[in-house]
Amino acid sequence: MNPDTLIRMANQIGTFFEAMPDREQAVKDVASHLRRTWDPRMRTQLLSTLGGAGEAKLKPLVRDAVIALRQADSA
Amino acid sequence: MNARGEIDYGTPGVPKGTQSVGAGSLCVPGTPLCRQVTVKLEIDGLAVSVPAGTSLLRAAAEAGVMVPKLCATDSLKAFGSCRLCLVEIEGRKGYPASCTTPAEAGMKVRTQSPKLAELRRNVMELYISDHPLDCLTCSANGNCELQTMAGVVGLREVRYGAGEASLGENHFTDVVRDESNPYFSFDPGKCIVCNRCVRACEEQQGTFALTISGRGFDSRVTAGQDESFMDSECVSCGACVNACPTATLMEKTIIDKGQAEHSVTTTCAYCGVGCGFRAEMQGTEVVRMVPWKDGRANEGHACVKGRFAWGYATHPDRITKPMIRAKIGDPWREVPWDDALAYAASEFRRIQARHGRNAVGAIVSSRCTNEEDYLVQKLVRTAFGNNNVDTCARVCHSPTGYGLKQTLGESAGTQTFKSVEQADVIVVIGANPSDGHPVFASRLKRRVREGAQLVVIDPREIDLVSSPHIKAAHHLKLKPGTNVAVLSAMAHVIVTEGRVDSAFVAERCEARAFAEWREFVARPANSPEALEAASGVPAADVRAAARLYAGAGNAAIYYGLGVTEHSQGSTAVIAIANLAMATGNVGREGVGVNPLRGQNNVQGSCDMGSFPHELPGYRHVSDTLTREMFERDWGVEIQPEPGLRIPNMLDAALDGSFLGLYCQGEDPAQSDPNTHHVVAALSAMECVVVQDLFLNETAKYAHVFLPGASFLEKDGTFTNAERRISRVRGVMPPLAGMADWEVTMALANALGYAMHYEHPSRIMDEIARLTPTFAGVSYDKLERAGSLQWPCNEAAPEGTPTMHVDEFVRGKGRFLITQYVPTDEKVTRRFPLLLTTGRVLSQYNVGAQTRRTANTDFYGADLLEIHPHDAEERGIRDGDRVGIESRAGSTTLPATITERVQPGVVYTTFHFPESGANVITTDNSDWATNCPEYKVTAVQVSRLSGA
Repeated sequence: MNPDTLIRMANQIGTFFEAMPDREQAVKDVASHLRRTWDPRMRTQLLSTLGGAGEAKLKPLVRDAVIALRQADSA
Repeated sequence: MNARGEIDYGTPGVPKGTQSVGAGSLCVPGTPLCRQVTVKLEIDGLAVSVPAGTSLLRAAAEAGVMVPKLCATDSLKAFGSCRLCLVEIEGRKGYPASCTTPAEAGMKVRTQSPKLAELRRNVMELYISDHPLDCLTCSANGNCELQTMAGVVGLREVRYGAGEASLGENHFTDVVRDESNPYFSFDPGKCIVCNRCVRACEEQQGTFALTISGRGFDSRVTAGQDESFMDSECVSCGACVNACPTATLMEKTIIDKGQAEHSVTTTCAYCGVGCGFRAEMQGTEVVRMVPWKDGRANEGHACVKGRFAWGYATHPDRITKPMIRAKIGDPWREVPWDDALAYAASEFRRIQARHGRNAVGAIVSSRCTNEEDYLVQKLVRTAFGNNNVDTCARVCHSPTGYGLKQTLGESAGTQTFKSVEQADVIVVIGANPSDGHPVFASRLKRRVREGAQLVVIDPREIDLVSSPHIKAAHHLKLKPGTNVAVLSAMAHVIVTEGRVDSAFVAERCEARAFAEWREFVARPANSPEALEAASGVPAADVRAAARLYAGAGNAAIYYGLGVTEHSQGSTAVIAIANLAMATGNVGREGVGVNPLRGQNNVQGSCDMGSFPHELPGYRHVSDTLTREMFERDWGVEIQPEPGLRIPNMLDAALDGSFLGLYCQGEDPAQSDPNTHHVVAALSAMECVVVQDLFLNETAKYAHVFLPGASFLEKDGTFTNAERRISRVRGVMPPLAGMADWEVTMALANALGYAMHYEHPSRIMDEIARLTPTFAGVSYDKLERAGSLQWPCNEAAPEGTPTMHVDEFVRGKGRFLITQYVPTDEKVTRRFPLLLTTGRVLSQYNVGAQTRRTANTDFYGADLLEIHPHDAEERGIRDGDRVGIESRAGSTTLPATITERVQPGVVYTTFHFPESGANVITTDNSDWATNCPEYKVTAVQVSRLSGA
């Protein structure tokens, strides 16, 4: 799928959770939302943005959530 | 005219719990001061007990004593004009009308005596003296109350007439019959001026289109300002026709075909109100649909769609033979069912073998039954072996599911429709019930006429803002896309002015979440003044509306797609739930959070596990215990990961990873946003199977067409917006020979997964076995109860009218912060206007049904509403054809100039494929659910040269 579309969708999710006062919880909530509602192929593609040009397009909160997802996947 | 076989009790029943016990005390239903008071009396020697306030006419009817009547009917308040229902009361002088005399303790009433008989005969004689005696050829013959009453009172002669030898004539005989309405005829010559039609229009429908003009012998029913019905403000709900005791107002189908010989109770297949109807039949042919008096969603009322627009079911466009083709450019080839199903199955298997099991999926429809939706998602999870199933609720109310689950704990509205009768303040946001949910709108308007205050939050001046005897206390005319700003500003007022129901919040809600939310909304940035520039709503209006809502005894919020179909759709639903919790407006009658669902079974299709991340009952696929339960029952392993949503399926089609789609009762090529994108995705697929009534827009890109069944051919259940499960009963056999559930079952079997059900009731038994909220539901119980609101289980064997009564489904209510974020769909110099969309009363969604009925007489083409200022700037005149261009595409529409829309905003409907409304809507979607942002598209509008 178009990686820019996925990045945009992920950033939209991040925008909602950015307003939460507890950032650590917000990271978990973004990761949880992605895990619970995104098809694995979409998550895999989003994870593949890490380390590439797409990573800079991710909001910091979303980037941290995606990193958390990757760590959970590899655990 | 009442439906065949229904008893007419003459006057309405007294609602339970409406009598105050203590003098002068407030009657709050459910409290000790408000309970039913019963009176005991004697009628014709029979001991009778009825609730205080019941009329003698009804008390007698409930005891089986039918007093003659003409102007009375139990759907309308007593009127007391016909003087047929006279009775004698021991110890009282005269002959009071039993319809207007309340039953009192100790009364001794006689309904028959020589004097009463004489009086009634005399009254009937006067009626008949001015009525045509063409009974044998009259369309009401056999179902005419006047005819029946003449027989009941023993009328044998008529001594009077309008003129010599005029017996059997009527002094309005020379008045031309009004045939202007496509569905019913008005014959003034048969009118007895009982006023039932006028009162039905006022009391039931609330349109006030009819009146009695003239005086004395010249009195007659008049529509509008002495106009034809079609030219008047009549909305063709049919309430007047239903109320008419003669053939004065009569369905044209009855005039054409005659009276029905049997009837079947079923449920409407249009909007989420889910009205009960009695389909009146001659054999397997419907002759009319009559709103069911005992249907709890509608209580005997209807709208122009459900009442009259059912002819599409037998329209010549119906496809009744399965068809296949190898390529979408090939002509269709009719084949036997087995061949079509075998071809579809082989194609799905071929795609899965080549591209993996996740390369196929299905879309289910909110127009299909619970049982059909359940079977499709089961097919996907068993035969396909993945979770790629989604419902068209994705593009309407998926944010409701998310937002209410997160805050209250259940993905559903909290009330019954009847609950609005207890509301003191009603907030309608992003909904246009008069057009979209007309039968509920009639209830709502009745409550407002009784004194409830109304707040409308909508970019357009919808009918509710100002209509006969209705005036909204506040209309917050916000800019499209700013719901969250307005809702947060209302929350700001409630918090900073000390209007929170602290006791409710302390007892019922999570303390920490509330504290965080309170701190957030109290910030100056969330004040009405700070958000005024964004929303366009004067701060004082927001403050006044918030005070009204928070200060009411009972305040209810009703919302629709104007809330959900935004990039912040889920956020707005959450904001609504926050408001209700903060003010303690959850958990009793008259309050709550009430999504008005667009289609008849949006709630049900969601309940049935049609989302790619949830099994039936909104249980996540990652939940091992739930999955194991289904795996044991279904005999397969279920994937623990969510599947693709509809927009994701389309995206994946374009990247080559999703190539097969089973599309039941849904038309994404017309209904989904950014048509170019949808069409490109469908064209990229290798096997699209469409199961539908007609060759819809999506079928243009299909390889297999499986004929579907209309609601008149369906057997199953629908679940409406109030969680009410109602039976849908087939009145004629499926035109294509197979019911939809049988087709899905056969496709599963062709795919190699064994599915065998003898009847849809068996499917419901399985649903009940596997879904805790449906555990107590069965066809037998539905037969007894009429309908059931889930949760229906051991804890609530008769269902749950009001949710979250003592605690929220999730335990403690959870406030969530709702930061307003402007949509990405910005106006620019190139696209300076905001387009928003909606629907009209007479048409329904993509119009596949209503376009194939005479409803096109009311609305035959989509129009673009534009404000006079914007029109003048562009040189556009009323009726000009204009071009509309967005970032996604362009189309043309006729313009209508109106101040219903505000400057800078244009509006259209999407009922006609040729208008291409979704060619211009964009891919923007809700952050949580991908529900498309239909309601905000930046556009430019220009007059077409030569227009």
